[in-house]
Amino acid sequence: MSNGTIDRVALATPQRVARRIRGLSDRAIAWIFVAPTICLLLAINIFPLIWTIQLSFTDFKANRIGREIKDVGLRNYERILTDTDIWLNMQATAHFLFWTIALQVLIGFTLAWLIHRNFKGNAFWTTMIVLPMMLSPAVVGNFWKFLYQPQIGLFNYIVAFFTGADPSSFEMLGEVDLAPWSIVIVDTWMWTPFVMLICLAGLRSIPDYIYEAAEIDRASKFRQFWTITVPMVLPFLMLAVLFRGIENFKMFDLVVQLTGGGPGSTTELTSINLKREAFEKWRTGYASAYAIILFVAVFGLASIYVKALNKVKQR
Amino acid sequence: MSSHSITAASGRAKWAAGILVVLYALVTLIPLAWILLTGFKSPSDAIAYPPKVIFEPTLEGYVNLFTQRTRQTDDFLAANPPQAWYDEIVRQYDMVIVGPSKFGERFLNSVIIGFGSTFLSIFLGTLAAYAFSRFKIPLADDLLFFILSTRMMPPIAVAIPIFLMYRQLGLSDTHLGMILLYTAVNISLAVWLLKGFIDEIPREYEEAALIDGYTRFQAFYKVVLPQAATGIASTAIFCLIFAWNEYAFAVLLTSATAQTAPPFIPTIIGVGGLDWPAVAAGATLFLLPVMIFTILLRKHLLRGITFGAVRK
Repeated sequence: MSNGTIDRVALATPQRVARRIRGLSDRAIAWIFVAPTICLLLAINIFPLIWTIQLSFTDFKANRIGREIKDVGLRNYERILTDTDIWLNMQATAHFLFWTIALQVLIGFTLAWLIHRNFKGNAFWTTMIVLPMMLSPAVVGNFWKFLYQPQIGLFNYIVAFFTGADPSSFEMLGEVDLAPWSIVIVDTWMWTPFVMLICLAGLRSIPDYIYEAAEIDRASKFRQFWTITVPMVLPFLMLAVLFRGIENFKMFDLVVQLTGGGPGSTTELTSINLKREAFEKWRTGYASAYAIILFVAVFGLASIYVKALNKVKQR
Repeated sequence: MSSHSITAASGRAKWAAGILVVLYALVTLIPLAWILLTGFKSPSDAIAYPPKVIFEPTLEGYVNLFTQRTRQTDDFLAANPPQAWYDEIVRQYDMVIVGPSKFGERFLNSVIIGFGSTFLSIFLGTLAAYAFSRFKIPLADDLLFFILSTRMMPPIAVAIPIFLMYRQLGLSDTHLGMILLYTAVNISLAVWLLKGFIDEIPREYEEAALIDGYTRFQAFYKVVLPQAATGIASTAIFCLIFAWNEYAFAVLLTSATAQTAPPFIPTIIGVGGLDWPAVAAGATLFLLPVMIFTILLRKHLLRGITFGAVRK
């Protein structure tokens, strides 16, 4: 390691030369510091990923160890992409993604916009609103099952109270046309604060002088909103949508506890379907191919989206 | 439509905004309040119609949460008078406590795995973050993106080979296995957040220390670490909350010795499926620490949940 004199010399010399003098030791430290992290990620993230790719070309079953493993080429991929049931799961996922994001953006932005008025006590109430987001989705999802019970559940009672319907006349988790909405409601309840926080940061980043200039130009409040507020918050909003999109595409814990994928398979999102294939039917090779398809889909969509996001940012 | 703060939103607009936000907050807190209340109800009060807001509080849910009970004959009950207040609570159902439930154990597992993985993520993450922040590392941007992208994989997709790997290495259902796994998941968050915090510490401090004869390493732990303490603490809380809340890996890779609380709590419901007070009691004890931490974290919240992409 370097001592004082060398450092002093190093600091007095131009950067490139300096790096050559101290370079070795600094570079050594840099690698010593980074290596454990990279090794851990290689062992627990990358190695498994490569193994999954390899398994996806076989008919391996994890519950039958002694069995001979056959190489099946691309057959797993072919079967998944032509399977109509899986397309139904994809549709359920798309419904879930679209509505959760739409509602969270709408409510989250409105809330942020209201909080940005800086009324008294807004910091306290913001923290209160944020609470659901930080909690364990599995534990909370499990409790929502109780709230959704027909007759005795609080949710049914409140809906009945305001609509006059009979609280035992509908079953949020048991009816084919209501179940997809039950998971949208809980996810929106849980994650709207996330979108709200990011929008709030966006609103706070807009410098006051822009509005002052608009005031001088006599732009109406409505016009200010659409030509200043919305475009300036848009990159933040898009970032929030990216995070929510990735998270909800992977959604497992909340929904599996709430509905378990039912009734039938109406709320069987792709992650839940994947879990069934991998850990209940033990079709490991097939499930590996499925996992790779999902991963490529998330990664591809996210990359395209990030490109669009950067374009919006540059404007 | 009055829209913005600088042209000083009128008093009335502020009031209206405040009322709407408070209203939303109250509605959003109902489910959480209901968890808290249900924990103190008797099973019959919990499933009463219409739902009871005012009821006689009882610790039955908490007693059921921590104990295992069996039904006994009248003779046995007469011969063995209740010993303590919790015995009396279960007596009203002709039951006797036969031992502790697994909840304590599962909760302890959550604590061990949560703190273990947090410590390891912060330790490794701080080192890596410092290196990324201060040294020129070839392909630094690619490496950082690689670290982040590991978070995009659905947990179930990663779980298949990890399940196989852990089975071979004897790590399934062990504390060490779960600590390593959660560290691997958390480290991306830790590196990104900590790099942001360390970037904000002026380099001049270390350079001054280096001139004073400190080695790089001394400068790191005597100058940089104390400066980054707040950032490290808030990053640690984020890692802890993630590990605490995690469900997918826990349910797939643990069953007995290392099972954490999230996969366990839903099973408390019991055979009849009616013991909601015990579930609520378990949920209350499990969620309360996170709520407290959230309130402590509020200043760094945004940064934590967006991987440092948005700073306030």
